[in-house]
Amino acid sequence: MFLKDYCKEVLGAVQSLLTGMKRTGYYFTHHKEIITQQYPDNKDTLVLPERFRGEVIMPHNEMNEHRCTGCTACELACPNGTIKVITKFDITPEGKKKKAVDKLVYHLEMCTLCNLCVSSCPSDAIKMEQTFEHSVYDRKLLTKVLNKPGSKIMEGIE
Amino acid sequence: MWSFSKIAGIIDNWLNQTFSPAIALTIEMVLVGVLVIGLFALLGLVLVIMERKVSAYMQIRLGPNRVGPKGMLQSLADTLKLMVKEGLTPKGADKFLFNLAPFVAMIGAMLVMAPIAFARNFQMWDLNIGVLYITAISSLSVIAILIAGWASNNKYSLLGAMRSGAQIVSYELSAGLSILAIVVLTGSLQLSDIINAQANGWWIFKGHIPVVVAFVIFLVTVTAETNRAPFDLAEAESELTAGFHTEYSGMKFALFFLAEYINVFIVCAIGATLFLGGWMPLHIGSWQGFNHVMDYIPSSLWFFGKTFFLIFVIMWFRWTFPRLRIDQLLNLEWKYLLPISMFNLLLITIMAIMGWHF
Repeated sequence: MFLKDYCKEVLGAVQSLLTGMKRTGYYFTHHKEIITQQYPDNKDTLVLPERFRGEVIMPHNEMNEHRCTGCTACELACPNGTIKVITKFDITPEGKKKKAVDKLVYHLEMCTLCNLCVSSCPSDAIKMEQTFEHSVYDRKLLTKVLNKPGSKIMEGIE
Repeated sequence: MWSFSKIAGIIDNWLNQTFSPAIALTIEMVLVGVLVIGLFALLGLVLVIMERKVSAYMQIRLGPNRVGPKGMLQSLADTLKLMVKEGLTPKGADKFLFNLAPFVAMIGAMLVMAPIAFARNFQMWDLNIGVLYITAISSLSVIAILIAGWASNNKYSLLGAMRSGAQIVSYELSAGLSILAIVVLTGSLQLSDIINAQANGWWIFKGHIPVVVAFVIFLVTVTAETNRAPFDLAEAESELTAGFHTEYSGMKFALFFLAEYINVFIVCAIGATLFLGGWMPLHIGSWQGFNHVMDYIPSSLWFFGKTFFLIFVIMWFRWTFPRLRIDQLLNLEWKYLLPISMFNLLLITIMAIMGWHF
């Protein structure tokens, strides 16, 4: 019975090896679908996968309004202190004080692109952009303020 | 029609007419040496680019495509780069052995070249113990690896060399037994006899299933003996940086690299000679017409075609299978390949005695 198991093992091993070789052999003979991106050459037509994460941005609409309430959830969610939210107090028309974002400082040089800030944001104010050509000569340029100067919060975002 | 043996004959005649026999022999030896070195350099370039293209095709990539047409000059450019690089010797290294090791590796590879028949009547040295000579010399390559690992004064190198030693010593047995299968069938150790015995069909067809099994075992063991993936424990990039050639740079590294590819070529040439008939065209028994048609294809083309087919198969192994652990590697040899090849050799011996092959 030992001999039977032994033979079975050998044949099974050979079969599984042949299955693997069949797969690579198929790829070798069907050289059509290429995953190589010839990057600097195809800069204009480069299509990145949907889930590719390049940097954090804050989308603004045409009225220069964003959705950030200054709740600092992203700052708390960030594992390595990449985001710093500086808040201020706006005076609402009724004369009440209301917390708002003054500057959302984002340190790209410390960011690991883990997406935790985006998923923690309650009002979908920030998202991941697909740009990836980030190299600069001065690393101060990598510290960015995400909300544009003079921007306001959109109507109806609490 | 031209052939290698004709060209060699013409040169031999001319040399013997112009010079005295001793000088003619010396010139011939020098010529052969130069040709072997030239073949080595050419093979190195061709096999490296072939490996990179094959791997790219198997992984749905493009491979090198910048230098020359379709990237075909890439390996030439790499060689140029390696030649102008500094060959560094580490401070704590055993300098003499460290510098000796790459040359031992190359000389080992060069010596096995001697009895290989490249075409009809085109062989450097048809000695009567050809197969024994090949198995003996091919085990020298482990010495070069051990020297390199020891002299580097580096734990990665030493570990890689030790692994390689265990590996080559154990896989030599199965390789030897599967080669013996053909020796038993032919009844001769001389390579020209083995090739001529295949004039009415290659051994892999004439010898039924046992020879096919021997051929598969031979392929597996030579992959292990040349330290290629899935048996590349001696180098194992992800574990030992580069194993025994971690400390080598420049042309000394290139020599190791070249020796690996030359060894692949040589074992494939031996496999083609023993199992696939060497330069012998595809002959089927007594089909005279078919055999004559096959004879029109030059014998050198047959030899290189078969050899490159086997090289492709070994590359196919490399880009399909993951690397084995050292215990799995030794298990495979001592628990599977060795018993199977011993039993197989017994079967083939019975077959040869009873004359059950074609």
